[in-house]
Amino acid sequence: MMKHESIETNAGLLLVLTMLAISIGGLVEIVPLFYIDETIEKVEGVRPYTPLEQRGRDIYVREGCYTCHSQMVRPFRDEDLRYGHYSLAAESQYDHPFQWGSKRTGPDLARVGGKYSNEWHVQHLVAPRSVVPESIMPNYPWLLENDLAYSDIANRMRALKAVGVPYSLTDDEYQANVEKFGEDVARLLDINNAEANLLAQAQAGNYDGIPGRVTEMEALVAYLQVLGTMVDFSRYDEDYFVQFR
Amino acid sequence: MSNATDKQTGAVQTTGHAWDGDLQEYNNPLPRWWVWAFYATFVFAIVYWLIYPTWPVGTSFTKGFGNNITFTNDAGETVTTHWNTRAKLAYDMEFSDGAVKQREYLDLIIGASYDEILSDPDKSAFMRSYAKGLFGDNCAACHGAGGTGVIGLFPNLVDDAWLWGGSTAKIEETLRHGRMGFMPAFAATFDEQQLDAVAAYTLSLSGHEGDAEQVAMGQKIFQGEEGGCYYCHTAAGTGLESVGSANLTDSIWTVANVPGAEGYEAKHAAVRNVIANGISRHMPAWEGRLSDGEIKLLTAYVYSLSGGE
Repeated sequence: MMKHESIETNAGLLLVLTMLAISIGGLVEIVPLFYIDETIEKVEGVRPYTPLEQRGRDIYVREGCYTCHSQMVRPFRDEDLRYGHYSLAAESQYDHPFQWGSKRTGPDLARVGGKYSNEWHVQHLVAPRSVVPESIMPNYPWLLENDLAYSDIANRMRALKAVGVPYSLTDDEYQANVEKFGEDVARLLDINNAEANLLAQAQAGNYDGIPGRVTEMEALVAYLQVLGTMVDFSRYDEDYFVQFR
Repeated sequence: MSNATDKQTGAVQTTGHAWDGDLQEYNNPLPRWWVWAFYATFVFAIVYWLIYPTWPVGTSFTKGFGNNITFTNDAGETVTTHWNTRAKLAYDMEFSDGAVKQREYLDLIIGASYDEILSDPDKSAFMRSYAKGLFGDNCAACHGAGGTGVIGLFPNLVDDAWLWGGSTAKIEETLRHGRMGFMPAFAATFDEQQLDAVAAYTLSLSGHEGDAEQVAMGQKIFQGEEGGCYYCHTAAGTGLESVGSANLTDSIWTVANVPGAEGYEAKHAAVRNVIANGISRHMPAWEGRLSDGEIKLLTAYVYSLSGGE
């Protein structure tokens, strides 16, 4: 048995042993999640973000939206009635970092996709009180003024690929994505076409209501409109997701 | 602290360590109640481990004993499973006090016609209180908490004008499938003079007297092939529910803020602006997001906001 005195008089040893002791709590809770089969639900439809959505997500993080909005509907009756189906782990498997959150100043956004029109999002982000008089959300007028910077989109996707998001660079990776997500989605996940894909989605969607321009608003609204929409819950029975917990 | 007197008399033991020659540490044992509470947490943990899902084992985890939850799945089968928050939610959605009470009324509503819901005091009281919450969660962001909308952006649901029809059947259709409102921009089709003329004619339909020559020219464009405005707004200018075009003959404006504009010039400019730039508006579909019962409640609520058509 190590003597107390030898730990207390040796700062280096004290530091190492303290870190060992306090990391046990974390490790015991986190490590098993990596090898338990049920951690991530087996569910169809969840895909990585398209280049435009990913840029929108970057802006979401840049503007600190997460400081007031969580993206996790918890499995409680009141939340189910207000927001919709509770969030699945699978739905944030490609999020780096995830946006779960435990504090809400504004409403949860996990199921906001498709709930409001693009026009509403634009109006609401520029001047929240023009549509929701009691809102305390700040105005974000520059989203509509700033052109979206997307020249580094391929590098951003490469960085996400490095932490496990299945964007494709090589032919093999592309084929793997075709098998996993289908050809339409696989094409959007191809880093080699990132910029063209981003522009095509912006043009087709015109999320900011300004044809011909790609603003930061465009990306952010594209991201908000996809939140919580990837899984078609009508295809699964209530007890299916219960099995995973 | 509690042993201050003992310390003064030297009755408390020290740990035996000494620093700098004479610096010593008292050895005060923890209070007895604290120690027992500490041991009680161990017992609590062990009981908890047995009852709830806790320990990881291989590629799975222990599910706990004697903690079954039974609920009915969508297919109508009875499912029994170990305790977990998702099963607990399914159970709560089915059996919690609030859910049971609410379902009693919801079943009544689902089985009733709109006439019954609106005329029966009991049903309409439930409809108003339930749908008010639904409206707040889902509709108020655009249409406002009171349903008065935002002029130029989102229609007022309280007034008597309905772009897509104000019968319960039409309101339900709007809620279920959403709407795409579209008017093309005429800035490229019309020159400045034509834009002025069509705006003047449009205003004249609702009794805003303008320059007679302009109005006559505008009428020709509106009713002719050049503008073709009558396709959607009809020759009388009263609008078509099937395409959601506005009635231009009444005093209600949803896009151009005519009532808010001071003087003819400003009113004319507001209308002209809409003709030049067009409109594109989208109401999302709620089928799938809201249940049939909820859509029915909201339909009745929206209908009752204005007294319907």
